[in-house]
Amino acid sequence: MTQYLMSVYGPAERTEFGNYPSQEAMDEAMADTSAFNVRLQEEGYWVFANGLGQATTATVVDGQGREPVLTDGPYLESKEHIGGFWIIEAPDLDVALKLAAEGSRACRGKVEVRAFAGA
Amino acid sequence: MTGVADTISRVHREEWARVVAGLTRRFGDLDLAEEMAAEAFAVAVERWATDGTPPNPGGWITTTANRRAIDRLRRESRRDDKQKEARMLYDDRPSEPAGVIDDDRLRLVFTCCHPALAMEARIALTLRMVGGLTVPEIARAFLVPESTVGQRITRAKGKIRTANISYRVPSSEDLPARASGVLAVLYLVFNEGYLTSNPEKEAVRSDLTLEAIRLTRLIQALLPSDGEVVGLLALMLLTEARRAARASAAGELVTLGEQDRGAWDTGLIAEGHALVRSRLVAVSAGHGRAGRYQILAAINAVHTSARDVRDTDWSQVVTLYDQLSAIDPSPVVALNRAVAIAELDGPEVALALVAPLDLDSYHAYHATRADLLRRLGRSAEAHAAYTSAIELAGNTAEVAYLTRRRDQLGAP
Repeated sequence: MTQYLMSVYGPAERTEFGNYPSQEAMDEAMADTSAFNVRLQEEGYWVFANGLGQATTATVVDGQGREPVLTDGPYLESKEHIGGFWIIEAPDLDVALKLAAEGSRACRGKVEVRAFAGA
Repeated sequence: MTGVADTISRVHREEWARVVAGLTRRFGDLDLAEEMAAEAFAVAVERWATDGTPPNPGGWITTTANRRAIDRLRRESRRDDKQKEARMLYDDRPSEPAGVIDDDRLRLVFTCCHPALAMEARIALTLRMVGGLTVPEIARAFLVPESTVGQRITRAKGKIRTANISYRVPSSEDLPARASGVLAVLYLVFNEGYLTSNPEKEAVRSDLTLEAIRLTRLIQALLPSDGEVVGLLALMLLTEARRAARASAAGELVTLGEQDRGAWDTGLIAEGHALVRSRLVAVSAGHGRAGRYQILAAINAVHTSARDVRDTDWSQVVTLYDQLSAIDPSPVVALNRAVAIAELDGPEVALALVAPLDLDSYHAYHATRADLLRRLGRSAEAHAAYTSAIELAGNTAEVAYLTRRRDQLGAP
C-alpha cells in the first residue's frame, strides 16, 4: 500500500462563497465532497482530509537562527494556493488516480496526486 | 565470430523484452531489470565467442541475468536491507492471474506507456525497456542529447517507483483505453520515422518505422482480439510498403499520386491487405467496431489496391473519411477528406471545405490549399500558400518538393 497526498488548489483570495460562484454551488460541492469522504472511509482508503484556511492567514516560521523569524503570509507568492487535501492509502497509482478523479468532480477543482516518499 | 555476433543480435531482438519483463516481475525493480539484462548480454558476447552458442540462448540470458540480479541484491542486502533478500528468496511469485492477458511483456508495455508519464518519457522508456534500444540509439533517433534521453528514462523510472505505478495489465474495464494509449506511443514512433519533423534528418527513418512495426507485431501477438492493434499494424505496413517510392533520388518528397507504384513492397501490401480484410470480416460479423486505425488502414488499402493513381476508388476513400469524421471530427481529418473530395468533385468544392478549417499552424493545411489553388490556376494565392507551408514543414524532402512546386508557378 502507498500513501498519497491529494491536494486541491484554488485562488489565494477567496470570495464570499469560498472558490465557488454562489452559495448553492458551494453547498453542492460541500455535500458531494462529504459523500466522497464517507466513501473513502467505508472502503478503507481514508487516512485524513480537511480544507485549509485562506492562504493569506498562513505564517512562515524560520527556526534555523537563534530566534525564530516570522513572516506573515504563505511561503510562496502565488495566485493559486493549496486549499485543502486528502491523504489516502491505496494499492497503487491507478487506484489513487481514480479516487482523485472522483474527488476532483466532488469538490469542483483540479487535484494533484503525489505519493509519500516513505511508502 | 560473425556467427556469434549475429546470434547475439537476433537473441537480443527476440528476447530482450521478455528478459527485462521477467526480471521486473520477479524483483519489482525496472532499474535492476534493465541493468542485469544488459549485463547478461555483455557476458554473452564474451562467453559465446569462446564456449559457443548455448542450445537455448534465450534461457541462458534469462538465467544469467537472474543470477546476477540475485548476486547484486545479496551484496546490497548484506549492507543494509535484509528484507529485500527475504523477498528475493521467498517471493518468487508466479504471475498473478489478475490481468486479462497474462504475459510479463504486456505488463512491461503497459507500465512504460502509463498515462501518468509524459508522452516523451513513455516513448523513451518503451524504446529502451521493450525495444531494447540503447540510450545513444534513442537520442540519435530523436536528435536530442543523450543526457536528455537518459534523464527522461531515469525520471520516469523514479516516478514509477515512488508513485507506485503497478506492474500489471489493466483490468478489462480499463484495457481498451490503456491499449489505445500504447498504440498512440507506437504510432508516434512510427510517424517520427516516416515523416521526421527534424530538418537535419533524412526523410524517412527506417530504424524507427521498423522498430515501431516490430513492437506493434509484438502487441498484436499479445492482444490478438484487439481490432485497433490489427488496424495499426496494417496501417504501418501499408505505409512502410511505399517507403522506397516516397522520396526521389534527389531527396525530394514524391506525393502518392506521383509515386512509382512498381517500387512498392508487394509483400508488405499483401500482408496489410490481409489484415484489413480480416477486420472487415470481423466487424461485419459483429466483433468490435472499426476504430480510427482500422479506418486509416482501410483508406491505405484502397490506395495500395490501385495499380495506377487514376484507378483509385476515390468514392470509397471519401466514404471511409466520412466514417472517420464520425468518430474523430477533427479539422485534420476534415482536411484529408477534402483531398479525396478534390479528386471526386474537383478542387473548387474541396477548397470551400478547406477554407474554414482552423489549421493555420499546420504545414499540410497550407500545402493542401496551395495544391488546390494551383489546380484552379490561382497562382498568386498558391504561391503564398506554398511559402507558408515551406516555413512550417520540418521534413527536408517535403520542403524540397514544396519549393519546386512553388518555383514552377513563376514569380508571384
